[in-house]
Amino acid sequence: MSFLQIAQLQKSFGQTRVVKDFNLDIERGEFISLLGPSGCGKTTVLRMIAGFETPTAGVIRIGEQDVTALRPNQRNVGMVFQSYALFPNLTVAQNVAFGLRVTGMSKSARKERVAEMLDLIGLGAFGPRYPFQLSGGQQQRVALARALAVQPQVLLLDEPLSALDAQIRISLRDEIREIQRRLGITTVFVTHDQEEALSISDRVVVMSGGIVQQVGAPYDIYSTPANRFVAEFVGRLNLIDGQVLAPADGRVRIGEAEVTLGRALTPGTVPLALRPEAIRLGADSGREITFTGPVENVHFLGSVIRIETRWGGAPILLDTFNRIDQPPPKIGSDVACSVAARDLIVLDS
Amino acid sequence: MKVKFWSWAAFLLGLLYFALPLIGTLEFSLRKRRGEYSLDAYRWVFEDPKFRETFGYSVVMALLTILVGVLIVVPTAYWVRLRFPRLRPVIEFITLLPLVIPPIVIVFGYIRLYNTSSWLPLTGSARGTDFLLMMGYATLSLPYMYRAVDTGLRSIDVRTLTEAAQILGAGWVTILARVIMPNMVIAIMSGAFLTFAIVIGEFVLAALLNRPAFGPYMQLIGANRAYEPAALAVIAFSITWFCMGLMQFFSRFSAHARAKRS
Repeated sequence: MSFLQIAQLQKSFGQTRVVKDFNLDIERGEFISLLGPSGCGKTTVLRMIAGFETPTAGVIRIGEQDVTALRPNQRNVGMVFQSYALFPNLTVAQNVAFGLRVTGMSKSARKERVAEMLDLIGLGAFGPRYPFQLSGGQQQRVALARALAVQPQVLLLDEPLSALDAQIRISLRDEIREIQRRLGITTVFVTHDQEEALSISDRVVVMSGGIVQQVGAPYDIYSTPANRFVAEFVGRLNLIDGQVLAPADGRVRIGEAEVTLGRALTPGTVPLALRPEAIRLGADSGREITFTGPVENVHFLGSVIRIETRWGGAPILLDTFNRIDQPPPKIGSDVACSVAARDLIVLDS
Repeated sequence: MKVKFWSWAAFLLGLLYFALPLIGTLEFSLRKRRGEYSLDAYRWVFEDPKFRETFGYSVVMALLTILVGVLIVVPTAYWVRLRFPRLRPVIEFITLLPLVIPPIVIVFGYIRLYNTSSWLPLTGSARGTDFLLMMGYATLSLPYMYRAVDTGLRSIDVRTLTEAAQILGAGWVTILARVIMPNMVIAIMSGAFLTFAIVIGEFVLAALLNRPAFGPYMQLIGANRAYEPAALAVIAFSITWFCMGLMQFFSRFSAHARAKRS
């Protein structure tokens, strides 16, 4: 039986339904990310798990206990907020001790636990400081320590990295994951940043319009998106129309090329997707499709070079590693490209 | 250069407008002894047992009014901001009413509602009347206390701090006492000092409820003595300025204020 169960969860604000029939089972110690654009309902789901919002319908169970009707202070859930939410009047140590003091823990035990938590986040010497004396990254680490100090059953992270600059974001992301693994705490992480979600999670839940679009491991979400929304939202994507030649065995024409996709298709036009990194520069005999397109633009991104070209009239992005022995093609020149049929993703409309 | 001259001229004119009456009052209060300046008027005031009695009474009433004001206003403003933000204009309108309803109307309403033949005869005893006076003071200071507290609440993220405390297991009393109020100390102090200044000088409610407060005492001295009223006016001004100075002090030097400035 799953540790955190969310069944048939719904939430409406007035006439607007923001979460529709949300179901998710999370195993103990799992790290789950809720990923989606603004307004997709991911934060509302998190707030319902925390108890800040009351579901219109549905059940939330933690362990064996139905917590749907419990108040936030009765759920034993920890939460880290986007804006840190440290108490400005309390020192770092007092912030971490806040939840422990509420539970009535003795002063000596509290002191010990605070020291342990501050060591965990690498801020052992920062106990007497006030939040305003810390950087954003340090404040968020203190918020994490404060949430973990009370040994919650579930840790909720509400876009905790959004307010930080890029470098701190990556290091803190790795730190959070490392601490989560070490403590084995069940974690739900809300983000709109796909890179964050893919890099940190055991499983990702992609949401749109209050509905779960796909649940899966990061690799599956990226490589085999369940539908057009997931394919377009997660990673960059080339959209191509294929003309179905033989619906039964999935033979389609794309530009001048013909390829068999190995699955039945409906007659007419089929929407296809292709990741930019799935296209290779140069002809490759091991790949079924080869085409030549004009180089319209070249973006140098450091380790990757992104080339804008065309295939069968449609604009195409191609990502290739930057190699010293292969300088980027010149704008205006023609490039030969090759594609493997297995990399073409058939999108359900 | 021309602009600078006119700026200084306007500043000096304003300074004279505010300062001259005060300087005149101060100077007059020192002239009790013929032909030389002295503190006789002040000595007389401080030696008058009625001064100590009425001033002490008003200070106690002011402290009680501040306590009641804080207990009424802080939870109300907090709750409205957290749960009923749409009610804010209504609450603001209600808190402004004491500015448009004269104290004399309020006190006559009290006397009519709580006289000895009413269902709640508060004016029938000294303590009951004191309670009535304190509630009247709380009403008069409501616009200032509410605005000060509301400004304080605006300066912190009430919702997130509340949720952060809730998720750590805190109940409402803990949240208010350990999270919200300590983060609005400056705002509450501002409201408290304004309330103190209002209560110390208030005349109408205390006179019509016949309580031995500082306001009616000042009026009594003003009607019967020459130099002492000026000394009392200077003392009253000093108290008000002291309160303002404390407000400035707390807002500049508290740890929370430093946090906000950083």
